[in-house]
Formats: sequence, C-alpha cells, structure tokens
Amino acid sequence: MSTGVARAPIVAQGRQMPAGRLLVWGAFALVFAIAPQIFRSDFSVSILSQVAIAIVACLSYNMLLGQGGMLSFGHAVYSGLGTFVAVHAMLAIASGTLPVPTSLIPLVGGLAGMFFAVILGYVTTKKAGTPFAMITLGLGELVTAMALMIPEFFGGEGGVSANRSAGKGFLGITYGPQIQVYYLLALYAFVCTAAMFAFTRTPLGRMLNAVRDNPERVEFIGYSTQRVRFLSFIIAGFFAGIAGGMAALNFEIATAEVVGAGRSGLYLFFTFLGGATFFFGPIIGAVLMVLGFALFSEVTKAWQLYLGLIFLFMVMYAPGGIASLIMMNVRVAKYKKLHRLWGWYAGLAAASLVMLVGAAALIEMVYHLQLEGAGDPKLRYLWLTLDTHSALSWLGAAAVFAVGLAVLEVMRRRFAQAWGAIQAEIEAGMTFKEPSPAEASADLPEHAAAVAASAGKP
Amino acid sequence: MTASACAVELRDLRKSFGKTEIIRGANLVVRSGERVAVIGPNGAGKSTLFNLVSGRFGPSSGQILLNGERIDGMLPYEINRRGLARSFQITNIFGRLSVFENLRCGLLWSMGYRYAFWKFLASLTDANERAEQLLRMIRLEHKRETLAMNLTYAEQRALEIGITIAGGASVILLDEPTAGMSKSETARFIDLIREVTVGKTLLTVEHDMGVVFGLADKIAVLVYGEVIAFDTPDAVRANPRVQEAYLGSVLADAQAAGAARPTH
Repeated sequence: MSTGVARAPIVAQGRQMPAGRLLVWGAFALVFAIAPQIFRSDFSVSILSQVAIAIVACLSYNMLLGQGGMLSFGHAVYSGLGTFVAVHAMLAIASGTLPVPTSLIPLVGGLAGMFFAVILGYVTTKKAGTPFAMITLGLGELVTAMALMIPEFFGGEGGVSANRSAGKGFLGITYGPQIQVYYLLALYAFVCTAAMFAFTRTPLGRMLNAVRDNPERVEFIGYSTQRVRFLSFIIAGFFAGIAGGMAALNFEIATAEVVGAGRSGLYLFFTFLGGATFFFGPIIGAVLMVLGFALFSEVTKAWQLYLGLIFLFMVMYAPGGIASLIMMNVRVAKYKKLHRLWGWYAGLAAASLVMLVGAAALIEMVYHLQLEGAGDPKLRYLWLTLDTHSALSWLGAAAVFAVGLAVLEVMRRRFAQAWGAIQAEIEAGMTFKEPSPAEASADLPEHAAAVAASAGKP
Repeated sequence: MTASACAVELRDLRKSFGKTEIIRGANLVVRSGERVAVIGPNGAGKSTLFNLVSGRFGPSSGQILLNGERIDGMLPYEINRRGLARSFQITNIFGRLSVFENLRCGLLWSMGYRYAFWKFLASLTDANERAEQLLRMIRLEHKRETLAMNLTYAEQRALEIGITIAGGASVILLDEPTAGMSKSETARFIDLIREVTVGKTLLTVEHDMGVVFGLADKIAVLVYGEVIAFDTPDAVRANPRVQEAYLGSVLADAQAAGAARPTH
C-alpha cells in the first residue's frame, strides 16, 4: 500500500482502496444488510442484533490484547458502564429531560465508556504486562462491588430498565420492532469496525503495535509508552462503551452482571478464540460468542465444559486463533498447494468427529448422573439411548473415544509432516523470487507475522 | 551551532548499583560533530555510561549536558526528543513489524505526528519518503516488507542503526554496533555507520580495536568508571597510563588491526 502511495501521492488521505479490500468491506456491509432477510424469525433477528454488539465489543477488546499486548481482565467495566449510562439516558429521554434522539444512545454509551477509561485507564496504563492485568482485575472487582453498593444508579439486584421506544419516533422509526433496532445496531457495528480498522493505520495505532513488540525501544524513539497505552485505552474504552450503549438499546436493561468479571472473561475468551493477531479475528470470535450462548446452550447443559475444552485445544494447537488458521491456509492456497491438504483435513475431521462423539457421550453421561442421578438412568444421545447404569454404555463410549483419539493423534503427526513439507517448499520458493506472500496483508504487518510465526506448527 | 559547540558533556558523573559504584566521577566533553569511541576493559562501565546518557538509568550524582542543556534525570523519550538517539548492544527492534514500519516508527515523533489517530500513515507523504530514504541508506530495500524478526543478524543490526538515526537526532550513541559480526560484515558495516552519521556527533562503545581506530576521531578510555584518557587515537595509543591500565595486549592487537585498516 505504501509503495502505491509513494508513487501516487496525489491520492492523498490514504483513502485509495485496493479493489480486494473494497470487496471485503462491501461484502461485510452486505452481510449486515441481508442477514435478517434470510434469517427472518424474531429469534434470528435478536441473535443478529447481539452479534452486532459483540463484534464492536470484541474488536474494542482486541485493540488492547492483539494490537497493544495488554491483557485486560476488566474490559466489561467500560462496556458495562456504557450500558448503565445509556439506560439512564433512555430513561431521561422517556421523561423528556434529555433532548437526544434514541438513535444516538450507543454514542452516549461510548462517551461514558471513554469517560471511565480516562479516569480508570490512567491508573491502569501506568503499568504494562502482569501488573496491568492485575490492575484491570482489581478495578473490575471494584466496579462490580460498587454496582451492588449503589442501587440508586445500578438498580441493585434487579438492575435498571428503560423503554427504547418511549422517545419520539422519527420517520416511522420508533425502535419498537426488533428489526429497526437491528439495522441501527448493524450500522453502528459497521461504522465502528471501519473506524477501528482505520485506527490501525494511524501513527498512534502503529506505535501501539510497536509498544506491544518492544516497549523499551519505543521510549528511545521519542514516545512515552504510558501515553501510547493510555490514549489507546481511552479509544478502546470509547468503542467498548458504544457496544454497551448498543446493548442498552437492544436489551433495555442493565444489570450488575454486565460490568462483571464473567463478561470480561468472555471478551478475552472469544477474542482469543477468533484470533487476536488479525484485525478480523475478533469478528469471528464475536459471532461464535453469540451463537455459542444461543445455540450451544440449547443442545447441552454441559456447554460451558465444551467451551473450556475448545479453548484448551486452541491455546495448545492454534494459539493464533481461528483467524490465523484461516490465514495460514490462505497462504498455502496462494501457492496453489492447498489441494494437497484436503485429504488430510477430511481425515482429521472424521477422526475428530469420532473422538468427539465418544468424549461427548462420556461427558453427557457424567452430567446426567450428577444432575438427574436419582431419576431416570437413561438419556437420549444423538440417535441412541445411553444407560448410565450399564457398563456397556460406558465402555462403548470410552472405546469410541479411544479409537477416535488414537486415529486422530496418528493423523495429526503425519499431517504435521505434510504441512511442514509444504511450508518448506514455500520458504524455498521465496528465497528465489520473493513473491511477497503477504501481498494482500503487507500493510497490516500483524498478518504476515502471525502467519510466519505459526506456519511451522500446525 | 558551531563546530566547537559542546554536544555531550559529563560532569563528575557517578552511578552506584547498591553499594557498588560503577561510574566513579566520569568527566568528558564531546564536541559537536566528533566521532568518539569509548573503550575499556569488561566491566569498566561503558554500557552503564550509555545507559545514563540516554536516560535508561538516572545518575546517582553529577551532571549530563546535551547541547548545553541538563538532561540528567530525564526520561529516555525526553532525551530523545532533545536530539539524542541510541542503539542497543542486543538487537532491539520491532519484531512483528516490517522493516519499513520499523523505520517509520523511528521517525514519526520527530516529524511531528506524535500520537495522531486522526491521520492515515499512508497519507504522511514526508514520513513515508523519509522512511524509503532510510531504507535505501541501510541497504534493505529488498527486505522492505520482511518482518524484522525474520531478518538475518547483520540485517537486524543495520535496521537497529536505521531506527536509531531515523528521528534525525544530532547525537548518536551506538552500543557495540558490530558485536557478533564476521570480519567482512564488520568492514561493510563500518562504512555504513560512517555514511549514515555524516555531520552527526557519534559516540560508540566498541571492542574491536580495528573498528575503533577506523572510525573514531577521538578515543575515550574508561577504566573502573573513570575516563582516564580522552584524545586522538595515536595519542591514546602512546599514553603510558592507558597501556598500564588497559593492558598492552589489547592495544597491540589494535595496532595490528589498525595497520590493516582501510585508509580514508
């Protein structure tokens, strides 16, 4: 991108967009626009609204985690306080004391998040690394405790609720129907995503990467690392607050839980799962977060246990998250070698499925014993009926699990070799003609870094 | 600023770590435009001296002046903004950023872009052109988009110098710039250093005496935290106190290397 700029400085403002990127953003907007036309049920539209909120929340979290190397355990403080202030603003609109259109409620949340990020972030960003993480944890607990101590603002156990359609309607938009709310939230999500992406292309955004990579050196090229972290923290707090304000509009209620450690943990969990090293990773994480809660929890009571297992496997085998898995394969595809991996992927998927069926049967049986042990010992599992009192069920499940695991492990090792061979070929090819594998991502340095860093270890 | 103006001055500089005094009353006056090599035995306090001047540590007592202004006790970035930049003995770059990005990070502050988040990097024509120019100066054009962590060692050392000079500082501190390089790499690297520091005040810590005599106008000999000699290479070589304190063998090596050094 920068070469292009050097050649054509007339196209100033860095606004010129490669066709590929324009396509990606267009597709992103299109998905937002037509998703509720495809998934039309009330439930789907509600899910989609939550996805829009989660995208902004996870992206704002990744400003700290992925771009700044700041591991925060208290990001929900800023989204949550944004929610509370936004709900109060909605109440004020309803009572006629606040002359602000309802459409701007997310922005009110954003300003609130920014305000608290200025105050609390000043202390937090004095430190980096582990002390930073500890302070965010402490502040999270502090705000959670305050939420229960000041019922006048936080509403105590029941929280504070408001009515989004109480304000005056505008051109028939009352925000009564969920679909109207969805489109507003989608608009906010799109604009915020674009704004946060733009941030990664600014001097501050780049210096934030530099602070992540090597804070010491940053101090010797004129920058205060504290200031870089603080300013970025405020901006992240602003977007978190917008997510909070979006949530206020969507749910019309704020409870103490929204500022809690559990919520902060979810941001961390799903941002990591989606992939913190790529800008778009948290978007994947956000979609998974909402789907996980909405759909997974319907399928099984033990869903949080599965989530924990998934997290464990991702940390061990794909620390770059789903986004890095995708980008690693895109890289292979660019060199036209992906076809050699399809067979492996099919095999790995089949083996994983077998293992999962066995493991899930065991987990479900344990859960069944724990939760309904006194009642019926039988449970439905897929198309089978398992009996927790029968050795056959246990042994059968264990056998399926063991076979799946063994096959998977053997395949994984062979696959690692095949993968390594392909990577070696690509590396060897690069030394001759330097085809810049990061061409599309060259101006987003994290891309190439993450790909290169994890290329060797599938 | 005139040629004789004082770029860096140390006045009775002292630094202790616990009860151990590492820098014990160092005095030094480096004039603007001079190339000074700081030599001395291991543990003499050369790196500590650089860390004090660049603000990594604060001194226990004494004064440090940069272009006539007191900088002792200032933070590294405050000192850097006043025109002093340093490189590190252990390569200290931004590993997950491209070579170009590394250089651009090095010059953003000095070009006034500071903490701007309302401007696109791509639109900063002057900064981008300067970064391209630096890229050519350190001869890494062909590695423009390579991540810094994937460079060879010698390339990383060159990038280290590039980041150091990027901000246009008038005083450059290089901490063992050629450490760990082969003979041929060193020779090329010295040419590079000479080239990119034209017109600047240069202080360098160096163990390779061939490099010292090839690069420096003046040599400061640091022994046990004191500057025992500060003079031209020939005068330092002839100085009996230096020979006594800093062992004749090192200088003998240096003479051999110095004889073989390229003439300029």
